[in-house]
Amino acid sequence: MKKLINDPADVVKEALRGMEAAHRDHVRVDHDHAIIYRLDAPRQGKVGLISGGGSGHEPMHGGFVGTGMLDAACAGEMFTSPVPDQMMEATKQVDGGAGVLHIVKNYTGDVMNFEMAAEMAAADSGIEVQSVVTDDDVAVQDSLYTAGRRGVGVTVLLEKIVGAAAEEGRPLQDVADLARSINDQGRSMGMALTSCTVPSAGKATFDLADDEMEVGIGIHGEPGRKRLPLAPAKDVAAMLVDPIVGDLPYQQGDSVIAFVNGMGGTPLIELYVMYNEVAQILDKAGITVARSLVGNYMTSLDMAGCSVTLLKVDDELVGLWDAPVDTPGLRWGCSDHG
Amino acid sequence: MAEAVTVDAFVRWLKHFAETVHDSAGHLTQLDSAIGDADHGTNMDRGLKAVVGVLDTNGFDSPDALFKKVGMTLVSTVGGASGPLYGTFFLRFGSALQGVESIGSKELGKAFRAGVDGIVARGKAELEDKTMYDAWAPALEAFDQAAADGLAAALSAAASAAAEGRDATTDLLARKGRASYLGERSVGHQDPGATSTTMLLESAAATLV
Repeated sequence: MKKLINDPADVVKEALRGMEAAHRDHVRVDHDHAIIYRLDAPRQGKVGLISGGGSGHEPMHGGFVGTGMLDAACAGEMFTSPVPDQMMEATKQVDGGAGVLHIVKNYTGDVMNFEMAAEMAAADSGIEVQSVVTDDDVAVQDSLYTAGRRGVGVTVLLEKIVGAAAEEGRPLQDVADLARSINDQGRSMGMALTSCTVPSAGKATFDLADDEMEVGIGIHGEPGRKRLPLAPAKDVAAMLVDPIVGDLPYQQGDSVIAFVNGMGGTPLIELYVMYNEVAQILDKAGITVARSLVGNYMTSLDMAGCSVTLLKVDDELVGLWDAPVDTPGLRWGCSDHG
Repeated sequence: MAEAVTVDAFVRWLKHFAETVHDSAGHLTQLDSAIGDADHGTNMDRGLKAVVGVLDTNGFDSPDALFKKVGMTLVSTVGGASGPLYGTFFLRFGSALQGVESIGSKELGKAFRAGVDGIVARGKAELEDKTMYDAWAPALEAFDQAAADGLAAALSAAASAAAEGRDATTDLLARKGRASYLGERSVGHQDPGATSTTMLLESAAATLV
């Protein structure tokens, strides 16, 4: 294992220190609870947005805290869900009287810990909490007999769009309904060229030969649909886009946000090669790309590979997508900020 | 009743369990690396160390106060799915003992049942999903059947039944948790949660009577 770390046990803690030092103009960090807060939280009358999950997926979620996106992000141990204490504390801190929305990715641990936090917050403080669980990974086929589809790329798009809606002052029920409809309209699938290496484990999570790839990989190295010989980007793009398009299904005339996400270990130039292929497939299918996003936003430590996410959008969603956002990981439309 | 379980006995149970998990942390993590995310031993050991710390620095005048603290400590320190599941078990187990004057086999059986109902409500597992419930379900049944023979017999029957349930998870296809994504590839591996659950019941049989 070659990593830029000190003690493997200190990676999460030290990274939070670094984030705070680097982004003092956007966030403050409660190091006792491992919570990243928007500087001006709580905002009176605004629905508070909280997300969180295991660490190792940066910039998600801490990098999406700020104006127009999240109010707080709870950081768990590496690839391990945060605990209810963190979400309870964050819920209390960001509530500005309009209630709080928990944005949870569908993993067994995350769902249970957020569920307990919501119950405890309601019993403890009477704060109104709603939850949305994202489950957009079409790689999981047998979702009735598994823990269900995993929450992946749609989570990033959802946090941005719902963040803009909350910023407008929409009430909790509207914000929660919007979040659920976004999850319903979004689908994703990922692939890996290499495994990731968790610092405390010190070795690769799974073995993948030099001439192989795993199609349908999860963001913690969960197995995908199949292991195949390495193929050109053109073929890989089709292997990801076709199951996504067929699943919703996305149809001729639909408008989408197209998101090509890097897993952490793939250079941006390769992500653009992939985006080029994705855009051509969508063009042929008569699907209009209203907006796009390309880069490392939901990573899996040092895994090489990418995921593709499509989100069906209308003018309202595009408007919310274009609204100003000012976070360490995503920033546009806010020239007034130093 | 001579065999009533005391708060001191419950404390001994928890410490025995913590020691067992600590000694087996590598084994539990190894089981979890085959079908999960390789942290069950580490996470449980971290949580139970925190529990022992709480037991060493606090006195408890009732089982429900004890188990409330234990449950909350596990929820706050274990993380993943095991934290909420073990935490919920102890919270419900303790609540069921609230106001109970003398804890014999009947009362303990009810408390186990309440704790496991909590696990099922939280995890939504069914029998043969390859989870800790596959150790708990036969253990509860065995406990109830042997309860009339006294606490020692009931606990020992429960521990043996849990071990059989644990062993039987090897052949099952996982339908819950991260292991479920492996599908057929989950068959042939023993479930880590059923393994730690069996340790909990074996510790109970070793300390509560």
